[in-house]
Amino acid sequence: MKIAVCIKQVPTREWQPRIDDTKRGVREQDASFEMNEPDAYALEEALRLREKHGGEVVVCTAGPARASQVLREALARGADRAIHVEDDRLASIATDSFVVAGSLADAVRDEKFDLVLTGLQSDDQGAAQTGVILAERLGLPHATIVMDVQVQEPGVRVKRELEGGWFQWVEMPLPALLTIQSGINQLRYATLKGIMAAKKKEIRKVAPASLPAARVTVAALDIPRKSKQTQIISGSPAEAAKGLVQKLIEEARVIE
Amino acid sequence: MILVIAEQQRGKLHRASWEAVAAAQDLAGDQPVEALVLGAHPGDAATEISQAAITAVHVIESPLLEPYTPDGYTLALEKAIGALQPSHVLLPHTYRTRDFAPKLTARLDRALITDCVGITRGEKPTFRRPVYQGKLMAEVTAEGEQPHFISVQIGAYRADNAKRGPTAAPVKPLSVSLDAAAIRQKAEEPFQEAKQAVDLSQAERIVAVGRGIKAQEHIALAEKLAAALGAQLAASRPICDSGWLPMERQVGSSGQTVAPRLYVELGISGAIQHVVGMKGARTIVAINKDADAPIFEIADYGIVGDLFEIVPAMIAELEKA
Repeated sequence: MKIAVCIKQVPTREWQPRIDDTKRGVREQDASFEMNEPDAYALEEALRLREKHGGEVVVCTAGPARASQVLREALARGADRAIHVEDDRLASIATDSFVVAGSLADAVRDEKFDLVLTGLQSDDQGAAQTGVILAERLGLPHATIVMDVQVQEPGVRVKRELEGGWFQWVEMPLPALLTIQSGINQLRYATLKGIMAAKKKEIRKVAPASLPAARVTVAALDIPRKSKQTQIISGSPAEAAKGLVQKLIEEARVIE
Repeated sequence: MILVIAEQQRGKLHRASWEAVAAAQDLAGDQPVEALVLGAHPGDAATEISQAAITAVHVIESPLLEPYTPDGYTLALEKAIGALQPSHVLLPHTYRTRDFAPKLTARLDRALITDCVGITRGEKPTFRRPVYQGKLMAEVTAEGEQPHFISVQIGAYRADNAKRGPTAAPVKPLSVSLDAAAIRQKAEEPFQEAKQAVDLSQAERIVAVGRGIKAQEHIALAEKLAAALGAQLAASRPICDSGWLPMERQVGSSGQTVAPRLYVELGISGAIQHVVGMKGARTIVAINKDADAPIFEIADYGIVGDLFEIVPAMIAELEKA
């Protein structure tokens, strides 16, 4: 099986974004980056499918030069080769899911993958659209929020997560695109041997002549509005704990 | 005209459809709002949504639309949108919308703004949505030709704020031809993995753990606090994904929805997927080392600090009380 995994480089979860002077973007200078978490689960699922059915795992990303970091990491975890749609404009907040999915579609179309996997959404913009738009652009059937993948040639059977603890099995013909939910498997991490091997693996760079038009524009960024007045209880751990328990008993009256 | 695509299954309306109606009425101003319901037997759901202050309910009835598939919905809705010509299309941001809406809008080459929590009306309306795990909010606009599509975050608008009409809106059948061969997915009936052994929805008090608990062996500390408070133990999704607690203890969009008197969050950042499951709690306590964590926006009481120091102190304090 020839499997593509589309991954995104996102700021680490611990990073506190600060709004820049344009009020439309964030100061990236103090950010460190990592592989989008749901994409890491998609990669793991692809590696497991290759172990079971043979074939090749190709990781793809659309992003600026710095995004090659997550491709190297994916190669170190076991992907065979990589495709990097590289353009500095892809770092901008003006980049929406149409731009990312459209530029990925152009870069992978000729590869004729049997299966394309993505994470269900990104940890930064969180639009949850790129995978599904990519399916449409490639003319593939798709399923989202997938928790189990069973390849049964000439098709694939997947378990979709629904809301509130419900699930559903869906079958479709291959080639197909699946967006993977976090927690579908247990992630592996790169070994030293994998990191060494990754250095010899190919990252094919694709420079798009033009990017698709964005359909969603950020007019302004701001900080969330508080819906409640939070009483922050300060002091040493012992003092704060004492203050909190007292308030829960006397003010909120939620413990007896 | 603003169109709401209401969600139904076996004739039962998804409650978030009412929230999408409330958002549509917020966006509409003087413009008319209409609704669209689709499925094999959507009649009851159409009747329910016709109680809203809207001007029409369009109904697409076809056995090819149930069980739900993204191909079936895209085919039907592409034609319906073409026939009805709305300026905006609002949808509840459910798992189903996430599955078909990007496909539909990609096919139509129209803007889709997902996870909208607020609307500012105007010549060019702006829509508010969370980014960076809710640490920032973005005001965004839709570009390109209309209609523009907006999915409304669950709980962002209140269903009971949707205006009801003096009389029921007319229900109009909308006939679209669907080609069964063009539907590539075969979907089976939804099922539940196992009977939920733990019903958190009835709990008076809950202690919930998130990523900040760091390791499985620390779950015991949260259990001790839960015991001292007379609370049930719950968790955010990553904890259940890691297998540190069973899935049946998960609170959030993919787990249970709870509304206890007391909800104590240990090391939970406050990602929206978790918050939708617990924001009905009466008193929310957040203990987190990150003062900027979004959880402090909804908490009544907060302690910024190391939960591994604070929780043992709380347990000692409760044992004294």
